Amino acid sequence: MKNSVFLGAFAATTLVAGLAQAQTTLETVQSRGELNCGVSTGLAGFSAPDGNGVWQGFDVAFCRAVAAAVLDDPMAVNFVPTTGQTRFSALASGEVDILARNTTWTFSRDVDLNFTFLGTNYYDGQGFMVTRDLGVSSALELDGATVCIQTGTTTELNLADYFRVNGMAYEPVPIETNAEAQQQYLAGACDVYTTDVSGLAATRASFASPSDHVILPEVISKEPLGPAVRHGDDQWADIGRWTLFALIAAEELGVTSANIDEMKAGTDNPEINRLLGSEGDLGAMFGLDSEWAVRAIAAAGNYGEIFSATIGEQTPIGLARGLNAQWTQGGLLYAPPFR
Amino acid sequence: MSDTHAQTVAYVRESMLPEASPPIAEKGAVKWLRENLFSGWLNTILTVLSLLAIWYLLSAIGPWLLNAVWNAQSLRECREILDGASGACFAVIKDRWHQLLFGFYPPHLYWRPVLSLILLFVALAPVLFSQVPRKFLGLSALYPFVAYHLLWGGSVWLPVSVILGFVLGYVAFRVLARIAPLVAITGAILVPVLWWIFFAGTFTSAMTSVAPIGLDFVRSDRFGGFLISLVIGVSGISLSLPIGILLALGRQSDMVFVKSVCVMVIEFIRGVPLITLLFTASLLLNYFLPPGTAFDLILRVIIMVTLFASAYMAEVIRGGLAALPKGQYEAADALGLDYWKAQRLIIMPQALKISIPGIVNTFIGLFKDTTLVVFIGLLDPIGLSNAIRADTDWNGIYWELFIFIGALFFIFCFGMSRYSMYLERKLKTDHR
Repeated sequence: MKNSVFLGAFAATTLVAGLAQAQTTLETVQSRGELNCGVSTGLAGFSAPDGNGVWQGFDVAFCRAVAAAVLDDPMAVNFVPTTGQTRFSALASGEVDILARNTTWTFSRDVDLNFTFLGTNYYDGQGFMVTRDLGVSSALELDGATVCIQTGTTTELNLADYFRVNGMAYEPVPIETNAEAQQQYLAGACDVYTTDVSGLAATRASFASPSDHVILPEVISKEPLGPAVRHGDDQWADIGRWTLFALIAAEELGVTSANIDEMKAGTDNPEINRLLGSEGDLGAMFGLDSEWAVRAIAAAGNYGEIFSATIGEQTPIGLARGLNAQWTQGGLLYAPPFR
Repeated sequence: MSDTHAQTVAYVRESMLPEASPPIAEKGAVKWLRENLFSGWLNTILTVLSLLAIWYLLSAIGPWLLNAVWNAQSLRECREILDGASGACFAVIKDRWHQLLFGFYPPHLYWRPVLSLILLFVALAPVLFSQVPRKFLGLSALYPFVAYHLLWGGSVWLPVSVILGFVLGYVAFRVLARIAPLVAITGAILVPVLWWIFFAGTFTSAMTSVAPIGLDFVRSDRFGGFLISLVIGVSGISLSLPIGILLALGRQSDMVFVKSVCVMVIEFIRGVPLITLLFTASLLLNYFLPPGTAFDLILRVIIMVTLFASAYMAEVIRGGLAALPKGQYEAADALGLDYWKAQRLIIMPQALKISIPGIVNTFIGLFKDTTLVVFIGLLDPIGLSNAIRADTDWNGIYWELFIFIGALFFIFCFGMSRYSMYLERKLKTDHR
């Protein structure tokens, strides 16, 4: 093993020498033939490797859609597992081309860290889970409760704000990881476990008897989770943003992975035709061909299909669409027009 | 001659009585129990309490282990099979053992890491056991190249070109040694470096186009699980000992520059936590290197872990050097040995012998510290246990995974510790 270190350093230097200068991200990705996508090291429903080492999940599906649009191969994605600490520097340093790691879109991340968020692919919010035995039906009845809370997160601050605003007291039980939180909560070390609602749902699904636990209706914070790219390459940001919009618009327009082959030949709805490239040539405007959206939608289906396959009500995680329904269904998903 | 009980004089006994068996309380299990477990009221109380504690633990863990489920597709299925009873769900190990061991290494190539592990023990044999003939040490020196090629694959000419660099260095040393020793050493360093920088790349690509032999290339990001721990641990261990020795010698040196550099390196690295170095490897280095540079993350981690272990190793060996009486140094001088010969023949054999427990301690610590790479997103066994838990099939499973990982680490750490005890016995470091 001694000299593998040297060999690697050697390989690295030759690689540097051979690298071309100043390419756009799109050119870099296309010449590499692979999309580097930063994902979570493991978050139920959003990104996790399956038994064959193939990554699956909601965030993963978005990366596959981008890879399909750009490279014509949804499997040409190199998933880079990132932790909460390493995710931003991995993106900033160019180790990943796109970060799809259930990252909350905030002002400072967008402005100060020089990232461009591509939109929101999941509207999350902080919620509470209690045991059914506690007989609580609203978060406002939680005065004096012991609360398991992950330290150093925005959830900790949100919790403090919420209890102060409502004039209630609580006793925090500091927890390091979600896994530890599950154990503490099940062991009865705390009455309430609080984190993002999607996380609560995934946690509850893993319990031996999920029906003994209730997720309270109150959602006390806004957590718009979205993919992000670096500042400075607007073409690449546009590709990512409009891939997301294409998935959302496809659901609104009724384009699914099942009927896309018929629809791409042309329909009597001009919006669908423009989206799928049988009319106009939208793809050429950001350096792709006209069928980019067809491939993105065919990769894992439209937004609704991805949702129900990874985190929806049919899966063990069982999340309802809620805020993540189309604007026509009372949700917040609203794709700008394709024209 | 006479009867057994024949007595020549009535009051003198001349023959032995047949041996009677000892009293029941003074033999076998009863004696052992009395002496070791119930020798006084304090020990009796402690024994009873220990027995109670063992019983308590066994009654809690026993059924859990006995009811273990080995065949299921998910935690839910395990729970259905157990039907409310307490029991382990080792089905997760059966389902994911290959990931915990190899990460995402392509399954049809598993023989390559396995073969390099077997070869590791073969290569270690001449180093570890004096019964194996010394001439096999040459083969051990080749092992790093073989292991690199087996694990990563790619063109076989890359490791060959690196070996050629070492060969060229040796040739340069022999040729230039006739002129002056300093010239020879300079040449031995300069020639290989020039070869690697300017000619090795061309040589590799030329030879690859002529004779494209080699194994399938496997990228570093496919490495994971216990494989990554072993790669980092073994490289760190085998590199940190020589670097540590050099740093320790440098710290004792009379040359001001060498000494201050060594002191600064050792004190700086010992002054920061390993996790800081790992974050530097994973985050900061990327900003310093030209954008788009794919400087392998595993390689960066190996460098940092090696530096960290080397600094500790240097101090352990310095302890061994300090324990040597001054007379040993003076004896070496009196024999007319130069510095390196004195170190090689007299000082180091004794200093290393004294430091064995400390050295092995550092090795074991380093090996276990490899799990810290989980914090920079490398999927070592601990990282994979998180990833496996993120699969909805296995969400909520803890102990089974950690028991498996713990058992793997125990085998290796216990092996290292037993070897160091064997070595100490063989070298009799206590001067008895």
